[in-house]
Amino acid sequence: MAVTYDKIATTTLGSAQTTVSFSSIPQTYTDLIVIINAKANTGGVIGQLAQFNGDTGANYSFTYLNGNGSSASSGRVTGTTNQAWADLAGSSTSPNTIIAQINNYSNSTTYKTTISRGSDANNVAQAIVGLWRSTAAITSILLFPNSGIQFASGGTFTLYGIKAA
Amino acid sequence: MSPILGIWASSIQPSLSAGSFESIATVTVGAGGTSSITFTSIPQTYTHLQLRWMVRSTYADVTSWQNMTFNAAFNSGTTGYVDHYLRGNGSTASSGFENLQNKINYGESTGANSGANMFGVGIIDILDYSNTNKNKTVRMLDGHDQNGSGAIFLRSGLWASTSAITSIYLGNSDYSANFAQYSSYALYGIKGA
Repeated sequence: MAVTYDKIATTTLGSAQTTVSFSSIPQTYTDLIVIINAKANTGGVIGQLAQFNGDTGANYSFTYLNGNGSSASSGRVTGTTNQAWADLAGSSTSPNTIIAQINNYSNSTTYKTTISRGSDANNVAQAIVGLWRSTAAITSILLFPNSGIQFASGGTFTLYGIKAA
Repeated sequence: MSPILGIWASSIQPSLSAGSFESIATVTVGAGGTSSITFTSIPQTYTHLQLRWMVRSTYADVTSWQNMTFNAAFNSGTTGYVDHYLRGNGSTASSGFENLQNKINYGESTGANSGANMFGVGIIDILDYSNTNKNKTVRMLDGHDQNGSGAIFLRSGLWASTSAITSIYLGNSDYSANFAQYSSYALYGIKGA
């Protein structure tokens, strides 16, 4: 019988790396879920960013909600070249978990919306909704920390597919 | 062609999947839209339910709230629904609360005045839905970004009833609005050990 919640690919970093990519994503699922447990290899908290299908144009935007332990805040970035999923833990702390969900990724009719949650106990609880203004089916995802920072060794990145009836 | 007044999705027995996370039924709205979507005859063999959605409303605004009831349609007189939310609208974080309403607000979608191809998305977890010793708890994550507007929500909901959930009714807060074409809902069952 077909599997409904299926692991498509997983990567564990053996050394610091600037990017992680999932390519040739099967178009046989309904939704995608990316689960990240990682941190930056240097410095403090940094944004965890994503691009789809190699699109480096200003076709991304996102709205975020943060709680830092003393206050809640919200902000937005528009017309930018990448999409933030959550903050990535800094090098001196434990890795944090980021879960990003992309519903209906393979249709060629709607723009693609991602909902992500970041859980960094040392820093912030976050939820972010991001838009990629493209009707193309998502066939690849590129992940990278902001500002040229690298993912630290040991980070894990897993892509799942969910298949509706 | 007359618009479809509602789509009823009867449960599909789990012959298409194996394991703890199983697809129960899926609805995708066709041309002309639909005013409501209902999942009926939900199997009682799972522990939790998850509903994953992508919606655009025909409501004449850039946003539209979406509502949900269990075991009875909207305006059927059933009450006992409560929900709280934490919202980020791109400039301000805020919170809200609705008590003893006749529905749960489970999401905010885009509307007819939104840019083309923009939809809201969300995930709804209904915990212990078949347990007749507990009131029903719902956890929701939803949002939409429209490149200049949008919002992200974390929500919690309660249905103050110990009845097992056998059907889910979904519709726009404005009853005259429809779910637009390409809106979709997928219902999954999660089995415990």
